[in-house]
Amino acid sequence: MNVAGRNSVSRLLPVAATSAVFLIGFLICSLTFPNFASLRVVMNLLTDNAFLGIVAVGMTFVIISGGIDLSVGSVIGFTTVFLAIAIEQWGVPPLMAFALILVISALFGAAMGAAIEYFELPPFIVTLAGMFLARGASFLMSTESIPITADLYSHLAEQAIRLPGGARLTVPAMAMLAVVAGGMVLLHLTRFGANIYALGGSRVSTALMGVNVTRTTVAIYTLSSALAGLSGIVFSLYTSSGYSLSAVGVELDAIAAVVIGGTLLSGGYGFVFGTFVGVLIQGLIQTYISFDGSLSSWWAKIATGLLLFAFIGFQQATLGLARRSRRLAAAGAH
Amino acid sequence: MPLRLPRIGTSQIVALAAILAINWVVSPQFFDIRLQDGRLFGSLIDVLNRGAPVAILSLGMVLVIAMRGIDLSVGAVMAICGAIAASLADTHSLPVVLAAALGAGLACGLWNGFLVAVLGIQPIVATLILMVAGRGIAQLITEGRIVTFSSPELAFIGGGSVLGLPTPVVITLALLGLTLLIVRGSALGLMIEATGGNARAAALAGIGTRLITLAVYGWCGLCAAIAGIIAAADILGADANNAGLWLELDAILAVVIGGTSLFGGRFSLVLAVVGALIIQAMNTGILLSGFPPETNLVVKAVVVLAVLLAQSPRLKGLGSSLFGRGK
Repeated sequence: MNVAGRNSVSRLLPVAATSAVFLIGFLICSLTFPNFASLRVVMNLLTDNAFLGIVAVGMTFVIISGGIDLSVGSVIGFTTVFLAIAIEQWGVPPLMAFALILVISALFGAAMGAAIEYFELPPFIVTLAGMFLARGASFLMSTESIPITADLYSHLAEQAIRLPGGARLTVPAMAMLAVVAGGMVLLHLTRFGANIYALGGSRVSTALMGVNVTRTTVAIYTLSSALAGLSGIVFSLYTSSGYSLSAVGVELDAIAAVVIGGTLLSGGYGFVFGTFVGVLIQGLIQTYISFDGSLSSWWAKIATGLLLFAFIGFQQATLGLARRSRRLAAAGAH
Repeated sequence: MPLRLPRIGTSQIVALAAILAINWVVSPQFFDIRLQDGRLFGSLIDVLNRGAPVAILSLGMVLVIAMRGIDLSVGAVMAICGAIAASLADTHSLPVVLAAALGAGLACGLWNGFLVAVLGIQPIVATLILMVAGRGIAQLITEGRIVTFSSPELAFIGGGSVLGLPTPVVITLALLGLTLLIVRGSALGLMIEATGGNARAAALAGIGTRLITLAVYGWCGLCAAIAGIIAAADILGADANNAGLWLELDAILAVVIGGTSLFGGRFSLVLAVVGALIIQAMNTGILLSGFPPETNLVVKAVVVLAVLLAQSPRLKGLGSSLFGRGK
């Protein structure tokens, strides 16, 4: 498991590298645009990427366990449509609708986890079917964008902690920070979190250790889908509407954020905090492009691709170094 | 698992026949084919024609999956190659246009192969890079616009006909024949199956797994380029945002329906093409039956789950313990 090195300093190296990239990027932006370095920009960065941050935390859990969840973007889309229809057409109170959709998405994730576990299927293809199913279900409910006019929505939009300089810590941003903090506690301080690392390191050894692999796998996918549901709630707060085509491709952004955050895609190693910084880096690229004004939005995709390549190359290099030093150590012991 | 001969694919062909029969019930003129201006028309021809891009993609994808890999970037590669073909079409001759687009596809495929075979990156991750960046590159080529062209030679590839059959269908058949010849006419297919079954054992047996991986990803990129050219030629333009969108998933689905396991090993080229036709026949059937096209995704999801459960090792064990006791 501890592939990146023996001591905790080199274990944290990928996260440190990600954070350094973010800080350097922020510095470049601040030097390029005079108004960039303000609390207001940072707070907007948090608000605009809140839904991505929430879903990326769930993805971190899935990827550390050695799996992948392609369905999260569709679950977000389904959530926004469900909320809009439930609140506007069925007259369900918003808070009740929130609770309902969290239960539905959690059950959806549990079903996918169970399918992966009981039928020994690759997570990639099961969650691909889940992606089709959730997106298809939201198309069936409505293909039009439905505005949500409930009082709670406008009320929540006004709720914010006011900070100096006109900055506002909004409800979506607070929700993301809470999920990141909760995710860190769950992953790094609980037995469930330790089991997830073990599962990503080696399934067989984990089962031999006496961990209930089935229950852990189902719980991981339940968590990921429930967080996607929460992310959908935040997304609908952010846009005040429900649309079946919303959040198309968010699963890719989430996976990219996790990888940029230093988590190994083969599982067994990673940090929630790294994912958080990975989300911020993606947001920073978007913000740079919107500040510049003349750059087109497709540069964001190319820049994200380059970053992905750089970080994956970095991972491969550290893995190779770790293997070599282990071999050397083993040779020295003789 | 012992290496078995490819199954005959009865279940896939029965499935295709059943879907075509349902289409016939839904729309009685489904099998009507008429000859007009030297070209065949009809719903069945339409299924073949519309299914061509996914069928071509699945020809590349099936080899990648047989090597225990996956290529998520084919949709983005389609967009890149379509963009190149469309933007060169009116200023350059057809051979130059095709060479540029095919070359770009091959380069994309080799890049994926380099990441997987030389740098040792997991296929999902390695091809994810191009999947994310590829659409950006395509938009860079088209400068964010929808590039249109009027070159009749290039348009022929998408909308013309050869011997009465639409050109995309002819290209698909030719490509299927070529792939069968290369892969099954030599030991290459066996080497691919061996590498997918157990890469280490294959390498120890003297197979150049690294070179084969590189070649297979290159071939997959080339197939994506051909599909991209057809898609662009069909609409007389390149739309970097929507060309080939989600087709990588359809191609993977076609391969899985075709009975090739995602765990690598034995594969079937013909059945992958049949899988692509099954997907397209379902799409056409849903359109003909008057259901909203939105049901398409739900039906697709149900089909994926059904195929997956049929392939699941546990269910197979259950089935053989129930039915195979006599053997």
